[in-house]
Amino acid sequence: MTAAVAIAKSRQEQAVWAALAQVMDPEIPVVSVVDLGIVRGVSINGDDVEVNVSPTYTGCPATQLIEMEILEALQHNGYPKARVKRVLSPAWTTEWISDAGRDKLRAYGIAPPAAVKGRVSALLGEEPDVACPRCGSKNTRKVSEFGSTPCKAHYACADCLEPFDYFKCL
Amino acid sequence: MSAVIDKADIASYAIRWGDDALILSHRLAEWCADAPELEEDMALMNLALDLVGQARTLYTYAGELEGRGRDEDAIAFTREERDYKNALLVEQPNEDFAYAVARQFLYDAFSLPFYQALASSKDATLAALGEKAAKEVRYHLKHSADWLIRLGDGTDESHRRMQAAIDELWTYTGELFVNDDLDRRLIAAGIGVDLAALKSAWNDTVSTVLKEATLQRPADGWMATGGREGRHSEYMGYLLAELQYMQRAYPNMKW
Repeated sequence: MTAAVAIAKSRQEQAVWAALAQVMDPEIPVVSVVDLGIVRGVSINGDDVEVNVSPTYTGCPATQLIEMEILEALQHNGYPKARVKRVLSPAWTTEWISDAGRDKLRAYGIAPPAAVKGRVSALLGEEPDVACPRCGSKNTRKVSEFGSTPCKAHYACADCLEPFDYFKCL
Repeated sequence: MSAVIDKADIASYAIRWGDDALILSHRLAEWCADAPELEEDMALMNLALDLVGQARTLYTYAGELEGRGRDEDAIAFTREERDYKNALLVEQPNEDFAYAVARQFLYDAFSLPFYQALASSKDATLAALGEKAAKEVRYHLKHSADWLIRLGDGTDESHRRMQAAIDELWTYTGELFVNDDLDRRLIAAGIGVDLAALKSAWNDTVSTVLKEATLQRPADGWMATGGREGRHSEYMGYLLAELQYMQRAYPNMKW
C-alpha cells in the first residue's frame, strides 16, 4: 500500500467514525454509539463499509433501531452500501463506555457504572458504591435492580432525596 | 478424532434452549401490570426481555443452520406443542407470586452455570451467546434469590406460601440435569453442556439460599420428565394458545 492510499484510507476511516459519533443511543440521546463502546470496529474497502456492533443486552429493543440509525448516518455521509454486522463475542461490557460517555451520562442524570469494591453481601451481591449524579453523595440506596431500560437500575439519593437511574455494570 | 458434527443436531439444541427462554419469558410476561409493586412489574419484564433476546438469538441461529427458510418467528409461533422441547419447570403456571419466584430461582440457579459452561462451546455462536447470557442471568439469579429470602424469611404467610411453591415445583427440577442422546452427541463433539455436571453448582446455590430464607429443602423423590421430548404438562397447551394466537388467527401476519 502506498503512503497516499494509507492516508486516504485513514481519512475515510476518520470520516466514518465521525459519522458514527453523531448516532445517539435512542434511549439515552446524549451518548453516542461510540461513547457507549458498542461500535467494535469499522472495515472499509472503497465505498464498502462494514461496522461491527455489539448489543448491550440480547433483548435490548433499541438494538435494531441503533443499527438502522447507523446505516442511515453512513448513507447520508456517502456510504450507500454500508452494512452493520452484529457481533456477540466478546460480550459488550460497561467497561467499554468511554470517559467522555461517563461524563455525559452523569450530566444527563444517570449515574455511570461504578467499580465494585468490597461490599460483598452473602450471596452474589457485589454492591457498587453509586454516587448520586445530582449532588455527588454516596449515601444512596438501590430501589430496584431493574429500571426503565435493561441497562439501568433504579436508585434514590438519601441526601438530596432525588431518585435517579444507575447504568449498571455488565 | 472428532465426531462428525451434524448441523441438524446443533439446530435442535439451539431450539431446545430457545424454548426454555421463550416459555419462561411468556410466564413472566403474564405478570405485566400484575406484580406486587411497580418496581417488580419492571423487574419481571426486564427478565422476560433478556429471555426473549436469548430465545431470538437461538432461534435465528437454528433457522440459519436448518437452511429451510424458517426465521425466529416461524420457530417461535408456528410449531405444535410436541415440537417444543422446554423443561417442564418453565411452563408451570404462576399461581401466586411465590410460585413465580420459586420457578425463577430454581431455573436461574441452573441457567447461570449452564450458560457459563456454554461459553466454552466449540460452536462459536453458542459460545458467544453463552458468554452474553451468563452476564444477564447473573442479575436474574440475584433478583430471584433476593425475593426467595425476603418471602421465606418474612411473615408466617409469606414463609408458608414460599415453602409450598418450592415443594410443588421441586418435582420439576430433576429433568434439568438429565442428558439425553442429543446432549451426549453434542457433549462428545465439545459443543453441548454436560447437564449432569451442573448439579453440584445448582445444589450449592439452592441449599445456601434456601437456608438463608429459612426454608426446607425438599427431599429428592420422584421427578417429572418429558419436556425435552415434547411431552408437556396440561398447562402448556393453554400457554401456547395465547402465545401463538395471532399467528394462528392470521397466518403469516407481520407485525
